[in-house]
Amino acid sequence: MTTIRNFLIRKRGGRRMDIADVLTYLYLLAGTLVMFGPVLWVVLSSFKTPGQLIEFPPRLLPYAQETVTIEGYDEPLPLYRVTIDGEERVLAQIRRVGIEAHMIDPENPPANPGRPTDEERIIVPIDAREPIERLSLAWNNYTDPLERFRFGTYLKNSVIVTVAATLITLVINSMAAFALSKYQFKGRDAIFVLFIATLMIPISVILVPVFLVITQLNMNNTLWGVIIPGAATPTGVFLLRQYMLTIPDELLESARIDGASEWRIYWQIVLPLARPALAVLAIFSVMWRWNDFLWPLIVLNRSELFTLQVGLNAFQGELQIQWHYVLAMTVLTLLPITAVFAFLQRFITTGIATTGLKG
Amino acid sequence: MFDIPPVAEPSSERVTSGNGTSGPTQWVSDLLYRAYYALMVAVEFVIAPIQRWLGTRRMPYFFLLPNLIVFGVFVIFPMLLNFVYSGTAGTNLLPQDRTWVGLDNYQTLLSCDNFRLPNTCAEDMFWRAVWNTLVFVVFQVGGMVLLALLTAVILNRQIVARGFFRSVFFYPVLLSPVVVGLIWKWILQRFGVLNGFISGLGGEPVLFLLERDWATFWVILISIWAQMGFYTLILLAGLQAIPAVLYEASEIDGAGGWQRFRHITLPLLMPTMFVVLVLALIRAVQVFDQVFVLTGGGPGTATKYLVQYIYETGFAAQIPRRGLASAASVLLGGVLMLFTLVQLWLGRKTEVT
Repeated sequence: MTTIRNFLIRKRGGRRMDIADVLTYLYLLAGTLVMFGPVLWVVLSSFKTPGQLIEFPPRLLPYAQETVTIEGYDEPLPLYRVTIDGEERVLAQIRRVGIEAHMIDPENPPANPGRPTDEERIIVPIDAREPIERLSLAWNNYTDPLERFRFGTYLKNSVIVTVAATLITLVINSMAAFALSKYQFKGRDAIFVLFIATLMIPISVILVPVFLVITQLNMNNTLWGVIIPGAATPTGVFLLRQYMLTIPDELLESARIDGASEWRIYWQIVLPLARPALAVLAIFSVMWRWNDFLWPLIVLNRSELFTLQVGLNAFQGELQIQWHYVLAMTVLTLLPITAVFAFLQRFITTGIATTGLKG
Repeated sequence: MFDIPPVAEPSSERVTSGNGTSGPTQWVSDLLYRAYYALMVAVEFVIAPIQRWLGTRRMPYFFLLPNLIVFGVFVIFPMLLNFVYSGTAGTNLLPQDRTWVGLDNYQTLLSCDNFRLPNTCAEDMFWRAVWNTLVFVVFQVGGMVLLALLTAVILNRQIVARGFFRSVFFYPVLLSPVVVGLIWKWILQRFGVLNGFISGLGGEPVLFLLERDWATFWVILISIWAQMGFYTLILLAGLQAIPAVLYEASEIDGAGGWQRFRHITLPLLMPTMFVVLVLALIRAVQVFDQVFVLTGGGPGTATKYLVQYIYETGFAAQIPRRGLASAASVLLGGVLMLFTLVQLWLGRKTEVT
């Protein structure tokens, strides 16, 4: 017993736990609950049927009542565990009358189908019965919207926007960063300062004129209108430039002596060496684009072009929210990001800590 | 022909990741690299003539061009256009079709009998949004920075599974605003799990999103929930940069925990705190999406903020008043610019000292 206790309260460096440590772990535990709890609750809820969703107070897990099909009844009958005279029996309910429930024994169904005699019909007060339940996951919350509400299309649009925008961002940002970090040329510092100065100009400040520009370029109501405007991120240029500065110039010089073109130096020397920075930018770009909302909301007006976020918002804004579908689609929307996070969280957290990128 | 130097085949030339993966992963990355190699060699045939035409010295301009074009067309030009636009009125989209009204839009936005009472303003919705945003910014940023500091200090202690807990607090940062809005809408609704707890404890269910003060409270709390992890990480990095020697020395001098925090941690963390504060301010002033999903700005106008005002005035309204929206966003941009300048100035100051 003491060994277990000592093991539990042992700390790095062999010190014992004190009150501050207890408080620390309490805080961390509560934090875990608060941070993960809401998401977990939505995941659990997304497997419930509409009937279970309006249950109040709500229950943790999605339960469905066991039913049994008995000859003579159109609908499957709900099963209950009933205690009569201290004896527990499993009965199927045929109807409820006030505070009484009329039940029959599924083991011993009425001889005349659908018409139980008075002996066959068992009358039970409703508080003496208890529903028999099993866990059941309402997978059709997930499958229905994909077929009926164009969520497949939204998903496809989101994937197109995310992948295309990320690729374009990586290419043009890395080209610019290469120029800014590896060459001496006129106007270099001015251009760099221009990027830095606009680091904090978010799209919400220039909504109207950017909308005008994309309308003039006929990109209104196209996915390109969502993809292109945010592609030249100053943040990405800055991050890549800082990283490329650490690549020794001698490498480039010796390649030049061997006759490599500038383009070849870019893609065969600098890009492979800048892979860690490119990876961080790629992860961030995927998150920005997948989660983007305000700009797609303005550009895309036709529902076949909606991204997941816009589609989800339109869907939840309907007068009668179909929560069972909304919740399932919410889970589908947060799934890719959660997967990215699970596999790449070290990349992300150290990336932010070292670069101060916006999350 | 083009002067392309002989280069070894991809498999021997490639820069390996060095982790010695084999099997399908290796196979896939090999395939990707070959595709990348082929593509880049193909592109080279286009670019080689450009280099001969420009000369090596001017190649950086070529590399800068794509980014500069996109940036110029979609950021710099719109920034300038925004000022022009804010001086026009009418329903046309093209600036040349619009009537020039000078500073009228700004006058409409800024004319008030009493700035503290939106009802007395020409554009009362703007001022409601301004005051709502101000309340939001003060409480959200204040609460979040304090909580993030507390969390960072706790994560900086000697704890088991620090990496895990660090990611726990960071996880909501990755969720999209729409998802955040929906998650909490589901929790806070009349028959939601929170009201379930309340009635389980014998209380009356509360219509959290339909009462002004509750809605404001939850909007602030949820924004803290969703963004705190990001600032915690930055503060944690700042804490870990404080030399351990200082703490050891102070321990020898007999300083207690609180004294060490007060006289070592806080002063040395100040530069990071300022960065966090400014970043959080810039973010908070632009609050929009998760609130839009959660409350739609309601009840009434209780959670309608500046960006939503701009969005509704310029886009969502039956008759969009884009000039007015532009003027409002110029004002918003001015505030953000101010924050950025403060940050740059503080950054310089702390660098010097």
